[in-house]
Amino acid sequence: MAIELKNVTRQVGADTHIYETNLSFDKGGFNVLLGTTLSGKTTLLRLMAGLERPSSGEVWFDGKDVTGVPVQRRGVSMVYQQFINYPNFTVFDNIASPLRVAGISHGQISQRVEKISELLKLTPLLERLPSELSGGQQQRTALARALVKNAPLVLLDEPLANLDYKLREELRDELPRLFMDTGATVVYATSEPLEALMLGGYTATLHQGRVTQYGPTPTIYRKPNNLLSARVFSAPPINTATIQKEGGTFRLTDSATWPAPDALRQLKNGPYTIGIRPHHISVESHAAGAVSINGIVQIAEISGSESIIHFHIEDNSWISECRGIHPYKVGESARLYLDVSRCFYFNPDGELIAHPGAADG
Amino acid sequence: MKNAKLLVTLLYILFLMLPIYWLLNMSFKTTNEILGTFSLWPMNFTLDNYIKIFTDPTWYNGYLNSITYVVINTVISVTVALPAAYAFSRYRFLGDKHLFFWLLTNRMAPPAVFALPFFQLYSATGLFDTHIAVALAHCLFNIPLAVWILEGFMSGVPKELDETAYLDGYSFWRFFVKIFIPTIAAGIGVAAFFCFMYSWVELLLAKTLTSVAAKPIAATMTRTASTAGYELGLLAAAGALTIIPGAFVIYFVRNYIAKGFALGRV
Repeated sequence: MAIELKNVTRQVGADTHIYETNLSFDKGGFNVLLGTTLSGKTTLLRLMAGLERPSSGEVWFDGKDVTGVPVQRRGVSMVYQQFINYPNFTVFDNIASPLRVAGISHGQISQRVEKISELLKLTPLLERLPSELSGGQQQRTALARALVKNAPLVLLDEPLANLDYKLREELRDELPRLFMDTGATVVYATSEPLEALMLGGYTATLHQGRVTQYGPTPTIYRKPNNLLSARVFSAPPINTATIQKEGGTFRLTDSATWPAPDALRQLKNGPYTIGIRPHHISVESHAAGAVSINGIVQIAEISGSESIIHFHIEDNSWISECRGIHPYKVGESARLYLDVSRCFYFNPDGELIAHPGAADG
Repeated sequence: MKNAKLLVTLLYILFLMLPIYWLLNMSFKTTNEILGTFSLWPMNFTLDNYIKIFTDPTWYNGYLNSITYVVINTVISVTVALPAAYAFSRYRFLGDKHLFFWLLTNRMAPPAVFALPFFQLYSATGLFDTHIAVALAHCLFNIPLAVWILEGFMSGVPKELDETAYLDGYSFWRFFVKIFIPTIAAGIGVAAFFCFMYSWVELLLAKTLTSVAAKPIAATMTRTASTAGYELGLLAAAGALTIIPGAFVIYFVRNYIAKGFALGRV
């Protein structure tokens, strides 16, 4: 285990930022902390870095308790969402600074800085000051500084959030590769489910200061243990509604009912919650056994070849993401098809009881 | 319309510059000409007034005294204000906001209030009529001012910069000196300028706390009559010279001051 949080909590005044948390990340692994703003991602990173002390519990690193060890002696690198570089240092000096503090010889410093700047395409910019760089270049410099010292633990706090779309895609592809080679344990905080899926590795979903689930990223997406994890790990948000089980059928509305899948036949009658991702609701009936529902359109957005339709069905506001261009008017009634074979079923406590087969994407 | 704009601007500048021009005008005249005739420019142009100031120790020592205590004061104020401002900008502690405001209230009382206690205190401790006495007295309003200005500039630097430095292995002092101070160099420039300026123009405390050895130029200048009667030309020349250091300093920090205004701290 590279880094372990043991029964860690963090309170600031009367607010609890982190409820009792146990997490352990494997050495050399790529880990994603996924959660909305204020879910505690940054606080967890800061606890791991040693920038904040846990109110209770311990932080272990490499088999040693490092709870009270000052930041300087932790051997941690961190990259922030804001582009943080030393404004009075050139790019070269910025990248070299952790090595200089560590007392490494001049020759070795320039060798390592050159190698890293090659990797991050900063070589022509080494003599510039951070203020003379674009946002992407500034963040590359910060990443280079985090990489150059070969820290065993690298913490990335939404490093791509302030970059424009194209740069973000570019860096997102490079990031896991960059860190893979160093053998460092990487913890990457993000609020975007898509980013987590693309980065792969392991994911911990966070909700209001609690870790709701931890496991391999695709597994959490396919099989969220509970409603909270499913909500965190879905963009656009997963649609949820309370349904009634009556004998062998589930009832969403009077007209939308479907037979219970084999696995759920034996369930008690009563209320359950379903979750269905927006791309499994369509205006066209593709899947066999799709349930049709009537929704009142709130907004219909068209993004290139896809339509995102926000609609109300009874008291629930739902989203459908479907192929093709469907210019509905506001307030219009629309017939939508629910692919119930792709539903997640949760019991009234929010725990998963059935999920779609592994074939689901 | 365009001409009207130009006219207004010119009138405004003329209005502002008139007293300064009149001071310069007088400094190149003899006292007799100043008292005797009204002339827009010197009829008998003379540099005697300036020569007298640069050769007579009672005059040029005034400048030296003023510059000495102003520089001491600026150095003390900025040095003391740097860690204080850092604490106010980075840490939350009991009563921090009240303390910060209380600092500012020191600027609200007229210096005259402090003249008597300072006079007594410095006399009793043997500091009367020394440069350090005036420099310390001026700290009363310059340190709060410097803290206030520097805190603004420091709060503009994200605390993540500090943390990144610690993560890179910097100790606090190494970070503070090597990274933080250069980062807020503009703020230090502005703070130093204002300390310099307030100390340079302050007359009452400087005059009260000195007699001969540390007598400031402003005190020398304000004695309008001497044994030789009115010396208006000489006083005008002294006044003109007194403007120079301020103008000189403001030239160097003019860009930083704009930044300070943008932060709302100047």
